[in-house]
Amino acid sequence: MRRTLPALAGTAALALVLAACGGNSSDEKSSANQPAASSTDPASLKADLTWWDTSDPSTEGPVYDELIKKFNEQYPNVKIDHQMVPFGEAQNKFKTAAQSGSGAPDILRSEVAWTSEFASLGYLYSLDGTPLLEGNDYLSAPLSSNVYGGKTYGVPQVTDTLGLMYNKKLLDEAGVDVPTTWDELKQEAPIIKKKTGATAIALGSGGYYLLPFIYGEGGDLVDTDAKKIVVNSDANVKGMQTAQDLVQSGASVKPVANDADATLQTLFQDGKVAMMINGPWTVSAVESAKGFGGLDNLGVAPVPAGSAGAGAPVGGHNYVIYSGMDENKAQAAIAFVKFMTSADSEAFTADQLGTLPTVESAYAKVTNEKVSMWQDAMKVAHPRPWIPEGGLFFAPLDVMGTKVMVQGVDPKKALDEAAASFKSDVVPDYSVQ
Amino acid sequence: MSVTDVTPEPTAPPEPGTRRTRRERGRLRRSFDRHWYAWAMVLPTVAVLGLLVLFPLVQGVYQSFTNLNESNQRSEICTKVLGGAETCTPNPHAAKFVGLDNYIDVLSGHRGQFWLQFSNTLVWTVSCVVLHFAIGLGLAVMLNRNMRGRAFYRVALIVPWAVPAFVAAFAWRFLFDQQFGLINAVLPHLGLDPVEWYANRWTSLFTAITTNVWLGVPFMMVALLGGLQAIPGELYEAAEIDGATPWQRFVNITLPGLRPVSSTVILLGTIWTFNMFPIIYFVTRGQPAGQTEILVTGAFRAAFEGVRNYSLAATYGVLILSMLTLYAGIYRRVLAKQGEVF
Repeated sequence: MRRTLPALAGTAALALVLAACGGNSSDEKSSANQPAASSTDPASLKADLTWWDTSDPSTEGPVYDELIKKFNEQYPNVKIDHQMVPFGEAQNKFKTAAQSGSGAPDILRSEVAWTSEFASLGYLYSLDGTPLLEGNDYLSAPLSSNVYGGKTYGVPQVTDTLGLMYNKKLLDEAGVDVPTTWDELKQEAPIIKKKTGATAIALGSGGYYLLPFIYGEGGDLVDTDAKKIVVNSDANVKGMQTAQDLVQSGASVKPVANDADATLQTLFQDGKVAMMINGPWTVSAVESAKGFGGLDNLGVAPVPAGSAGAGAPVGGHNYVIYSGMDENKAQAAIAFVKFMTSADSEAFTADQLGTLPTVESAYAKVTNEKVSMWQDAMKVAHPRPWIPEGGLFFAPLDVMGTKVMVQGVDPKKALDEAAASFKSDVVPDYSVQ
Repeated sequence: MSVTDVTPEPTAPPEPGTRRTRRERGRLRRSFDRHWYAWAMVLPTVAVLGLLVLFPLVQGVYQSFTNLNESNQRSEICTKVLGGAETCTPNPHAAKFVGLDNYIDVLSGHRGQFWLQFSNTLVWTVSCVVLHFAIGLGLAVMLNRNMRGRAFYRVALIVPWAVPAFVAAFAWRFLFDQQFGLINAVLPHLGLDPVEWYANRWTSLFTAITTNVWLGVPFMMVALLGGLQAIPGELYEAAEIDGATPWQRFVNITLPGLRPVSSTVILLGTIWTFNMFPIIYFVTRGQPAGQTEILVTGAFRAAFEGVRNYSLAATYGVLILSMLTLYAGIYRRVLAKQGEVF
């Protein structure tokens, strides 16, 4: 059967031969030991590295440029080609480039759910045994997204979660407390509407933004230990019913099917809704929005709880290194990633942008209140299943979300359909509950 | 020396003429002998087309019988450690031949939404082509008359054609935006309720069809205008003398006179619209919940979203190609019956 794919097999064989030639030569062995030694003399490191950055080019990009400048003060001969790649395109673009073997960057900012997928395809260097993983104090939840098959393929760059972002002025006017459960939110909604004219909340229809409803009832998407699809469990049905009820009772603005997230952010920034479920990456935009009242008017609380407590998905990004990168750039790449994830660098980014650092020691150095603002929300962050298919969960979930939130389809029916898509397209070897 | 070498060559062509009388040879061979230069001229094209069209086509058809995707295309997966060793493990899920499984899965609706996408494609293609043709013909007839500023109107009406499809798509999506779009801002002034354009399959499809009609009418208009100008003016004069009404002249002279042009542009328009990717992809994005996806966008999602499913996309491709081939065949036959040749 395998001869049925002669071209691919041929390419793979060729790659193997080439790799074997490289791997057996003696200087390979020595280069494995070099990184630690060379870190003593930064000026001797010389390499051109390309970094694909998926962050926001207008707000976040310049901050990373500043960091690169600082890096070059220490390592004058390592040139970093900092390329901004739109987040929505990066996953496909990287896979196309990595697969064809040309045009891929040396270093990529990979979303947490992409990392194990890239690793499973052989596109990433494993970082085990490099100085990157020695003596670090990465937070365990973000670091865990880099592990695939017992090896570590990246280091966390930034972490985040969803929280309840609220307009302090509107809640004060209405005279209500920040809701801690979905029930409270529903009870407060008519009061907020009556006293301020604003709708209580804008919920999205995207699968990621609906996860708090699922985690709030103790539900999950898949059970990786038992290899079971549990997306249509009773708990999840209950959670989605809560979400649908918030829309149908008028507590939430009805989401739009196209561009749901952009629409709800605009509504929140314009003060037309009092709350939204969103992440730290929207804080800068809210802060600079005209008429919102800046950071003073913005509050962040943990996502409201369901009957089983509150839970929001852990998100964030990792630094990963493309396995097609020339081996002799290894030390430079390690030095760069190490610099970017040092406590000082992460504290610098956090101060500038309000993003959440991934190393424990950075938090003591951060002075930005935007970071402390998210501490409570982070406490209810819920880990996701870090399997290669993890990024594929969201297409069926988005369909489910649109049906339940926009079209008013029965949650049980929509979740059953999502489970069927999981089985046929995402994790075929899992059993459906 | 070289001169003597070259001179015998041109004398070669007459040779087959003398040989032919001696013994019968295959027609192909004779044609080749006589037109060898023509063969030589088309050879590069044939080679390039073979490489760029035929080879991928055969490969695509083949892939539709496998379960090839991005994660199983390698027989081994290799992991490099930064700065050293490499380990390779056999891929337990390496791609294999699965026969007709893909076709069964797709056509039975077990995977994806083939029949939903198929019905969307039909609605989308028929309504776009009908509207393109009707509006294009109307504008062409108007512009074919002598009127003031005709050149200006011609240029103005051709403008949408010059706008790249994706730019038009973004503009129209914004016009139809539910919360902030111009159209929903205007509707209340006309005494109508704002419409949740993308929340319903048919209104969502309507936005895409509107965009595509706006984009496609100029081409139809220009093509038909060319056809109109080829119809001899005497026919109209004669009909007028016979007392034919404008409608009779339109039905009995204009439409038959346009048939060579219109049959071609309708066939082309159908195929183009059937495969029109950017409008659906950028305007509705398949919303709501994939209900406005057409076959080509469905194939794209299979091929480029998530772990890329090459075999599923290839299956879609083969099905789309078969449908269009079938359509073109039937269309030609119908035209041939009506006495058209092309």
